[in-house]
Amino acid sequence: MATDSHRMESGGRIDRSNPIKFQFNGKNYTGYSGDTLASALLANNVHLTARSFKYHRPRGIISAGCEEPGTLVELLEENSSGNRAITSVRIEDGLKAKSVNCWPSPDFDLGGINQFLADLLPAGFYYKTFMWPNWRLYEPLIRRAAGLAGAPASPPTKVKFESRHAHVDVLVVGAGPAGLLAALHAGRSGSRVMLVDENSEAGGALLNRKVRIGGESSLGWVSSVVDELAAMKNVMHIQSATAWGIREHNLVLVLERRLKEPGELLRNWRVRAARTVVATGSTERSLVFANNDRPGVMLSSAAQSYVNRYAVIPGRKALIFTNNSSAFSVAADLMNAGIEIAAIVDSRREVQDADRSHLNGIEILPGSVVSEAHGHRRVNGATVSERSESGRRRRIDCDLLLHSGGWNPTVNLFSQSRGDLRFDDCLAAFVPVDSGQAVMCAGAANGRMTIPEAIADGAKTGIRAAIESGYPGKSSALPEVDEDSYSVEALWHVEPRSRRNKCFVDFLNDVTVEDIRLALREGYRNVEQVKRYTTGGMGFDQGKTGNINIVGTIAQERGLPLSEFSTTTFRSPYTPVEFGSIGGTRSDTVFLPYRHTPVTSWNTAQGAVMYEAGARWRRPGYFPKPGETMQEAVSRESRAVRAGVGVYDGSPLGKFELKGRDAAKLLDFVYTNFMSDLAPGHGRYGMMLSDDGLIFDDGVVFCLSKSRFLVTTSTANAETVNRHLEFILQIERPEWDIKLTAVTSQWSNATICGPKAREVVRSLETDIDLDTEKFPFMAWRKGRVAGIDARIFRVSFTGELSFEINVASRDFDRLWNKIIEKGSTYGIEPVGSEANHVLRTEKGFLSLGHEVDGTVDPYDLGMGWIMSKKKPDFIGRRSVELRRQGSETRRELVGLLPDDPDKAIPEGAPLTPGGRKTRTEGFVSACVWSVVKERWIALALLERGRERMGQIAHARVQEEIIQAKIVSPCFHDSEGQRLRS
Amino acid sequence: MLLIRCPFCGSRNESEFMYGGPAAVRRPSNAAEVSSREWVEYLAVPSNPLGPALERWWHARGCGSWVTIERNTATHEITESSDGD
Repeated sequence: MATDSHRMESGGRIDRSNPIKFQFNGKNYTGYSGDTLASALLANNVHLTARSFKYHRPRGIISAGCEEPGTLVELLEENSSGNRAITSVRIEDGLKAKSVNCWPSPDFDLGGINQFLADLLPAGFYYKTFMWPNWRLYEPLIRRAAGLAGAPASPPTKVKFESRHAHVDVLVVGAGPAGLLAALHAGRSGSRVMLVDENSEAGGALLNRKVRIGGESSLGWVSSVVDELAAMKNVMHIQSATAWGIREHNLVLVLERRLKEPGELLRNWRVRAARTVVATGSTERSLVFANNDRPGVMLSSAAQSYVNRYAVIPGRKALIFTNNSSAFSVAADLMNAGIEIAAIVDSRREVQDADRSHLNGIEILPGSVVSEAHGHRRVNGATVSERSESGRRRRIDCDLLLHSGGWNPTVNLFSQSRGDLRFDDCLAAFVPVDSGQAVMCAGAANGRMTIPEAIADGAKTGIRAAIESGYPGKSSALPEVDEDSYSVEALWHVEPRSRRNKCFVDFLNDVTVEDIRLALREGYRNVEQVKRYTTGGMGFDQGKTGNINIVGTIAQERGLPLSEFSTTTFRSPYTPVEFGSIGGTRSDTVFLPYRHTPVTSWNTAQGAVMYEAGARWRRPGYFPKPGETMQEAVSRESRAVRAGVGVYDGSPLGKFELKGRDAAKLLDFVYTNFMSDLAPGHGRYGMMLSDDGLIFDDGVVFCLSKSRFLVTTSTANAETVNRHLEFILQIERPEWDIKLTAVTSQWSNATICGPKAREVVRSLETDIDLDTEKFPFMAWRKGRVAGIDARIFRVSFTGELSFEINVASRDFDRLWNKIIEKGSTYGIEPVGSEANHVLRTEKGFLSLGHEVDGTVDPYDLGMGWIMSKKKPDFIGRRSVELRRQGSETRRELVGLLPDDPDKAIPEGAPLTPGGRKTRTEGFVSACVWSVVKERWIALALLERGRERMGQIAHARVQEEIIQAKIVSPCFHDSEGQRLRS
Repeated sequence: MLLIRCPFCGSRNESEFMYGGPAAVRRPSNAAEVSSREWVEYLAVPSNPLGPALERWWHARGCGSWVTIERNTATHEITESSDGD
């Protein structure tokens, strides 16, 4: 497409030797490497690129940067990404994109009917109209009609995500003239500097303008600065990297878009900076007049950028409308590119000679405004009116209408850092004052609008940032720069001849001057209220080009000076950010690995179905044999424990060692029952409450010696118990002599359980006397088992005779294999967590997350005996007593037998009185197929459950009601003979 | 994300810590004797000042110490930190 007539023969920052094919709205186009989607489409003379959000009016490309309020696109297929500004998408081979808010295309858009109904759709229309019966009924439909891109059906295949941390002394945001000099000076001082910039190359505003710096073209100067920065080892410089948020204590979030063959790498940096220099430049503001949204109406700086940076001819005949001096250099650049300038319409009464100097022969109309743009799918002219009494009007033809409402310092990041702004009358803009953090603005972002000022300010700020972060600041000579001046006179909107003519203050959300007036009439007074009512400034662009016109219009309508107002809050992200980049590679197990016990590989080799159990442990759920269903496997394992012998890996159980003179005091304080009278060699089941009197954890405490204890906790709660105990030791009772050591991973245990457990342990060969008189239930012994140093604990979580053999984790594999080998004679079965659940439910033993859900105390579970009456204080006691003084109805632990023994009740099913659709009176906490009862059994928490034994409870499962008899919550060996045997 | 100074490990990201509530709240040492009202106030009436506030953080992904800091709840400025009290 070398003969493409909307592309200049030479110039620009594009690579003509590298043509790129892409697709937009289903049509094929060609652009060049270096093009954005916007510049490539304009080079193909495509101006109608979108339909507006609410009225579906034809829209085009308005800007050349990330502030774009005109066209959002959705990238398709392997690049899938929604709601991207057309001006910040770089084209690459095979890119497919479409406009977001039209169907089937912006040329022929069925939603376009809305523009004829526009008078019926004022601000707040949807909220007012769709009130009955409630907004939520209509919201999904309306949201769909007000189209934005949908969530991609699948993640982009050509895009990789990652996230990284960086720690620097000085972070400079923006590589324009100010940012480059700030980075250069901070770098020369020796401080660690990071320079980030959202553009694909450094230069900032210099990329768009033709300026001379240091006697050469400004871009030559830029590349010499970039070279010097690259040579400094203490400076890191990244382009295509947008600083999108500032958090507390100078944590700056930066999204880097790095082209990578094939595809793209999105890298989210979390930069912690001692000092942040915000050199983000300035953003041109739009002017507000009738039909200022027609395709072909664009910001004057955008046209300058398309001509100078992309060598694109955005139109043949341009009319320029301005309220400030910056548009005159635009006119000069356009003329150089061969574009005819129809006229410059300047709202100011006087235009300075300096502004006119390069524009011989061009008609300049001071004291005039563009009051209306003409054309529908593309602008074809404008009405220009004098601001005098006579208000003379004339029509001027053009195919490009440029407007410039002056420049706003880009203070978004500064404002996010809690920096204050004030309205500067001279610049007619909000400028930074004080920062709440170590954040400083430089250059145009600091209100230094000309290039010589920005360069001086950048250097000064870079030195200051270096000194403040502890480095010697050195100043050096600044380069010579062309004279530059900037002057502006506020113009917030041009009154249309008829109020039916729409003058847009927010293009993306279709908000007009009339909408603002309506909001004011309806009693919304301040900027924040008007914003929320009209949605002005709430689009993807966050009103970067238009918000100031909203504030200005409100001030003007209310007859108050602008300094009485503030802007709305700038929020992160500055530009849209892909969720994937925030997550980075932290998916699956990359940053959150599983914890394994030493026998994971044995388990998987046996074909175990592995579960994730509390605290990220991998545990076997069950061990299916070929052809077995899950239920068959679980029942087989359960039967093995009840009738023969089974073994399970209890290693993930939380384990802590307490050592010190006052260890027993701590145990008495955190457990509800007495622990201080435990003798060495013995253990006791205990329950921990939180101070609000609810069960927090349970476990067993073993006395190792008078001043040394081993505490076991539930698997999931190990870390919380650690925090709880450390809090007491460090804050509540720092005078106590106790050391707490987490030993969860140091000890692994194999629990051999079932009537034949003793025979199996004996067969392993041990010097511990296993006789029940010598080694009773709830005792522990030390010795050797299968030639390995071990501690055996006699506890039982299954209701059967159990020996918990604890060994150092490095020896566990050896022990396990020995148990399986020797146990095979006795028919030993490995047991997973499913069978454990069956066995503990049959016994009515509580389980955290099932019966203990953060709402129950020991009395609710029928375990009032565990609450010591003798101890004056322990954690939770006071609250349990206080609660039990009242007459509150409590949910109590009961067993349930479904009327139909073959009917399971889903765990979690609500219980309601008589099964009616009413307030619940409890829920089913566990339900298993019992191998001892040969039927389904359940545990439940039920209001006044213990009084209701023998009655019927009703579980509501969707539309079905399951009846079950209320029984005692222990279904097996209620005397506890077997576990003591 | 806050930057919290741990007296043992230096300045670390908030993500290494777990919040542990306001330091002004102390469990009554004579829990059995205080009035019900005092007990409930300890449990359920936390202070929530706008401005400087003493609070506790647990260095969960670090050394495990409980740290007390003074943080301005309006600005997030951290003015003091100490290893407990």
